[in-house]
Amino acid sequence: MPLFEVSGLTHFFGGLKAVSDFNLTFEGGELMGLIGPNGAGKTTIFNLVCGVYHPTHGEVRIEGRNLAGLFPHQVTAMGIARTFQNIRLWPEMTVLDNIRVAHNYRLSYGFLDAMFQTSRYRTAEKGIDRTAREVLEIMGVRDYAEELAKNLPYGLQRKVEIARALIIRPKLLLLDEPSAGMNLGEKEALIGLIRWIRKEFNLTIWLIEHEMRVVMNLCEKIQVLDFGETIAHGTPEEIQGNPRVVEAYLGKEID
Amino acid sequence: MKQYSLTLLAFLFFILAVGLSWAGLLSSYTQLVLMFVGVNIMMSSSLNLVNGYMGEFSCGHAGFMAVGAYTTSLLTVWFFTKGSVFGPNLLPPAWATVLFPFILLFGGLIAALVGLLVAIPSFRTRGDYLAIITLAVNYIVKSAIENIQPIGGARGFMGMGRVVNGMREVVDIPWMMIWTWIFAFLAILLIKRFVSSTYGKGIIAIRDDEIAAEIMGVNTQRAKMIAFMLSSGLAGLAGGLFAHILGYINPGSFTIMKSTEALVMVYLGGMGSLSGSVLSAVLFTLILEFLRPLQLYKWVVVPLILILLMLFRTEGLLGHRELTDVFPRLKRIFGSREEVHAAL
Repeated sequence: MPLFEVSGLTHFFGGLKAVSDFNLTFEGGELMGLIGPNGAGKTTIFNLVCGVYHPTHGEVRIEGRNLAGLFPHQVTAMGIARTFQNIRLWPEMTVLDNIRVAHNYRLSYGFLDAMFQTSRYRTAEKGIDRTAREVLEIMGVRDYAEELAKNLPYGLQRKVEIARALIIRPKLLLLDEPSAGMNLGEKEALIGLIRWIRKEFNLTIWLIEHEMRVVMNLCEKIQVLDFGETIAHGTPEEIQGNPRVVEAYLGKEID
Repeated sequence: MKQYSLTLLAFLFFILAVGLSWAGLLSSYTQLVLMFVGVNIMMSSSLNLVNGYMGEFSCGHAGFMAVGAYTTSLLTVWFFTKGSVFGPNLLPPAWATVLFPFILLFGGLIAALVGLLVAIPSFRTRGDYLAIITLAVNYIVKSAIENIQPIGGARGFMGMGRVVNGMREVVDIPWMMIWTWIFAFLAILLIKRFVSSTYGKGIIAIRDDEIAAEIMGVNTQRAKMIAFMLSSGLAGLAGGLFAHILGYINPGSFTIMKSTEALVMVYLGGMGSLSGSVLSAVLFTLILEFLRPLQLYKWVVVPLILILLMLFRTEGLLGHRELTDVFPRLKRIFGSREEVHAAL
């Protein structure tokens, strides 16, 4: 059984067809890229997978289980975590709390435990604190644990956001334009980081990216989207030579 | 040691307030003001949970207070006094000494359930709906009570004074002062525990970015309902205490004016700041009392203070910060924010 499967995914915004008949299969362990010009429907597909939107047609399955009709927090519990194109940390909370809150879907205690601070509550919170600090350590942002998220520079906020996704222990990690707003050096570092977390956490990664350098460097397979339709898929080399892709990005040559 | 000093300070205050009232060193007016401070602390800090920490806008807090006030009053009067409404007392009046806190908690529970009824429809969408619905609920509660003649209707309901007197006949201590401050501390403690747990921090995440909270695994619907129920339940407790402090309640005490007072205290103290809410409840109650000689002009001066505050300090006295963040020196005495969390 494939780890993750999307079949016939179609979505309309009113009369506008944002995604049409999108198909994809992850056997597990791959690093796949999703590219396309602005407005091609890439982020919409991520939102459909996460349960923010419910698809008009089609199915999304993780380990054979259908995600139809689930709330985003339930999808998270199935093992899908993501980051956002424009960083969406909780700005007024500390970095540590940002990571802690992502434990919410698998809390082992309830409201009354928190009110009476039972031993179950204390053990759970201690564990959460420890794993949260560990993941911050791994991402190299431990020193900022008590800092408010909004006070961190952009590159570090990205790292915290990835840390927040990792704490969910995802089977599938969705990265939405992780290199957006980064300079050349930061992009190089990001490529290394993504490679490293993939190996370290044994992750399957699905990546949206505009930056060709990052995509071509990282991904084993790439899917190209234009106006909601898949126009090409294959290895980076195949994609680079594909005339339809060149056309979608650069426009048609006029003879 | 130092992380216990906040608890110790609260305990000292409690002993002092109760002791001085008991010894008769405080006039009954001063005692009344002190008890209202406690009630107002409960009102402002519980409203801050929804408006400050969660970032929604609830403006009918007095409605829940009324539910708590009437529930507990009806029960205590029914149980412990002879009267025209309920006939002879069900239980010996002396039992009130033991049962009073439980009845109070029951009143809070009922208020929390009414809160749940409000929360279910209004949290499906974000935005101004909660404000409108809570406003409506405030009016519904008030009008409903006004139209139930057996419990006094618009004339109000009394008899709680006799319940408290019954308690004083058993042991002559200032009961209401004791319960008011015990429950005020309890309210602060519960809110503190809620917002410092991973469970409760979900509502701060909702305030900062609801979509992100939902996607990162927070069950936003449930978190909002739980927080709203906690908030309205604590308002119900405050209402029950308020009723037994005064000994008389009428629907006119729980109008939109009362809700506005709670809102004013929250914004004065600062959104999402528990110590701010406590501080502003104390200040607000005392300022209103000190300005009493101005009579009607009080209502010119108090709003003016608010306008000035909003102009020069939009985030309130302590917006999103605690007292220890503003005066770092306090940390040395009371421990840092984390240590205080640990102590509470």
